[in-house]
Amino acid sequence: MKLVYTDVLVIGGGLAGMRTAIGVKQRGQDVIVLSLVPAKRSHSAAAQGGMQASLGSNAMGRGDNEDVHFGDTVRGSDWGADQQVVRMFTHVAPKAIRELAGWGVPWNRVQKGDRESVINAERVVITESEAAHGLITARDFGGTKKWRTCYTSDGTGHAMLFTLGDQTVANGIPVMERMEALALIHDAGRCYGAIVRDLITGELTAFVSRATVIATGGYGRIYKVSTNGIICEGTGVALALETGRAALGNMEAVQFHPTAIVPAGILTTEGCRGDGGILRDVDGYRFMPDYEPEKKELASRDVVSRRMTEHIRKGKGVKSPYGDHLWLDITVLGRAHVEKNLREVTDICRYFLGIDPAVDWIPVRPTQHYSMGGIRTDHTGQSQTLKGLFACGESACWDMHGFNRLGGNSVAETVVAGMIVAEFIADFCASSASDIDISTSLVRDFLGREQGKLDALMKTSGTESVVAIRKRMEEIMIDKVGIFRTGDELAEAVDELEQLLEKSRHIGVASQEPGANPELVAAYRLPKMLKVALCVALGARERKESRGAHFREDYPQRNDRDWLKRTLATWPDEADSLPHLDYEAIDVMGMEMPPGFRGYGVRNHIDHPDTPERAAEVERVQAEHADADRVELQRALMPFEELLPPRYRGPNQRLEDDTHEH
Amino acid sequence: MSTDSPVDSTSLSTSHSSRVASGRRLTFKILRHNPRDPDSHPHMATFELDETPGMTLFIALNAIRDEYAPSLQFDFVCRAGICGSCGMLIDGRPGLACRTLTQTLGEEITLAPLPAFKLIGDLSVDTGQWMRGMSERLETWVHGQQEIDPDRLEERMEPSLAEEIYELDRCIECGCCVAACGTALMREDFVGAVGLNKIARFRLDPRDDRTDADYYELIGDDDGVFGCMTLLGCQDVCPKDLTLQTQIAFLRRRMIATG
Repeated sequence: MKLVYTDVLVIGGGLAGMRTAIGVKQRGQDVIVLSLVPAKRSHSAAAQGGMQASLGSNAMGRGDNEDVHFGDTVRGSDWGADQQVVRMFTHVAPKAIRELAGWGVPWNRVQKGDRESVINAERVVITESEAAHGLITARDFGGTKKWRTCYTSDGTGHAMLFTLGDQTVANGIPVMERMEALALIHDAGRCYGAIVRDLITGELTAFVSRATVIATGGYGRIYKVSTNGIICEGTGVALALETGRAALGNMEAVQFHPTAIVPAGILTTEGCRGDGGILRDVDGYRFMPDYEPEKKELASRDVVSRRMTEHIRKGKGVKSPYGDHLWLDITVLGRAHVEKNLREVTDICRYFLGIDPAVDWIPVRPTQHYSMGGIRTDHTGQSQTLKGLFACGESACWDMHGFNRLGGNSVAETVVAGMIVAEFIADFCASSASDIDISTSLVRDFLGREQGKLDALMKTSGTESVVAIRKRMEEIMIDKVGIFRTGDELAEAVDELEQLLEKSRHIGVASQEPGANPELVAAYRLPKMLKVALCVALGARERKESRGAHFREDYPQRNDRDWLKRTLATWPDEADSLPHLDYEAIDVMGMEMPPGFRGYGVRNHIDHPDTPERAAEVERVQAEHADADRVELQRALMPFEELLPPRYRGPNQRLEDDTHEH
Repeated sequence: MSTDSPVDSTSLSTSHSSRVASGRRLTFKILRHNPRDPDSHPHMATFELDETPGMTLFIALNAIRDEYAPSLQFDFVCRAGICGSCGMLIDGRPGLACRTLTQTLGEEITLAPLPAFKLIGDLSVDTGQWMRGMSERLETWVHGQQEIDPDRLEERMEPSLAEEIYELDRCIECGCCVAACGTALMREDFVGAVGLNKIARFRLDPRDDRTDADYYELIGDDDGVFGCMTLLGCQDVCPKDLTLQTQIAFLRRRMIATG
């Protein structure tokens, strides 16, 4: 048996995994990163538009701070988020971006003086101050009150990922590429590492660790059309699910991005609309102001995606062989802006559509984009039910996005969560709680079980086709578990996915080639994907309300009375055909911002019985602190600083603070 | 054992053919070899597909794998021209397969793995290990003496300089420039245009304290900037249109001045 020991095993080499690895290494722990692909090719690289952090240096960001970022994020989540976690996040985001600036990310900077910009399809002049010159600038994104999204052109994820990738080299961290975790090693509610397959040789190795981190991104590829990279198959979160102990949270919360190109499903960044681009229909008519007069194209993503779909349903879509679409028009921004600040978009349009976005409209429609759901963790990133297992980034539900994520908050979450969770992991590894008291025979059992499954796939004469089952799963998810959902369709989806899971137990692998064997890879990933798909579909079937990205046509109201709670999915027995669902209440009485109206469409939700009481309490505290500064008021409403690792508790400096001082 | 005959000749329609057809029937000749299989030997395998509108090599290769050759190895991640996974020789020229539309190619398309990198199998090569080795050797990270205090305002930078750095930072390490490089094919330890571009990037970055004398230690020899024969292949094939030859020429002048 090949066995490797490390203090910390990080599964996933994207932004979240690499930042976690750097953090624990700097705290003196040994760490190994496993990645399905060369780490710099992780899907984090595809994040285009930017990272939210309330620096407030640019003119349109003036007055921004953690409070405003907090409010935007909670409203965006449709009150599904854990507000203490959102506070931790908004407090550390400025530190994350400044750390990355120190490490070399070439953030775009404020240029003093006048510059032309486009707001609401009008050319305007913005004047940047002399004092802000050379500080990190920001662009506008949906669902935010300030221009808060910091960027490097539209290659933000790429610049961040390469900087962090180089930092892992600088820190001497081994990043083992083309390695796939097949199962977690665990016993009595404690995780001890993973069984890992080499995707070049096909060999299995047991990695035994004090702490194991899953940072494997989202599960978009269970959908037929997704902006996600093809490795985002949800097999990372399935590792946790298959332990029978760890829970997945809010798996039904799936985001559709308004503007992916048709038919390839490749993303064009929200920065297109943030910078002033608009949406048009078959008649060339700008329709969003009719639906959302205030935020228009820059409403939250779930809202824009629904409005677009609604408009297409009214017959206003543009017909194409690949279904109806709408137009994204960035010609209004002018060629210079498009070619400098939206160059990835320009490349994508040129290569995949053969058009020039400085003069042509881009065919777009809402497409699966982000997984709010993931491995349920507490504020430290640790699973509540499987100790020693941590998760961060898109694969986690710790839970700062609730039922809808704001653009620019995901890349921010990856590095912020990596910074925070790394500190808690290092504390855990330094404590006796992380002691390993299992025998190698347990490790051998786990390795033998995985090898047995692979051997069975290779040797049995199964007749079911991986390709056929997978394609059907992808179709079911997009057709029946998409933007608009109904009880009937969700029930059909659950039933058919359940049948597909049964079929997947009779897959045959024809190719007997040594090495990784792509056919075998597809075969062992498929049941994991189906289990994840079932968590999404069943969670959606059971959640009889509409919240954020989860929209039920048969239950169109947000219902705080019955549904202000997180869905927890577990898979207690391998032989089960459906996940087990449980719910975790969200405490209204502890909220800094009690549930209210999000500001889209008409006010139409059912209140939680505690909401009026908490709202009155918040008002009382605000009145009592009328003369206090914003930090004191915040502490009185919902203390969170003691939840943060001590090194990240300090206040964030802003240009405005300076101006006051002098 | 290999299930491949030396020449696979498959002649079926794909499911894509039910869509609007462009009328062309494409023949793919793909260099196949599995170094882990003692019975495998390098050979060209042939597959045919009906072309569909907007078909890319990503779509075509997946259709070939789904329907005819389940063991065919190739690498894609973002399939959007961003991640650099899918560099391969397309009709003999290094390029990104995911964003290559078949309509830009002839009816017969030849695909082979990138040279200069270790072959994993078929069209899959190990660019990751090569790039890590290059990064370790050239120390491709900001070498700063100053402690970062993330609670304080960041160091200022001229907006135009940040843009210039980003311009060079756009490299996706796809390996096309290395595969197109005469020197890299002759000299195993040559750092390639990718490595030299990184040095140019850090040299531009005021956050990096290294001097030209430090850079000379890293690239002042034939495995570095003096190995370049100015054949321009790197810049010709760079999918991100980086000004690689300009960077190399500039570095060479600086290194001569230093050395």
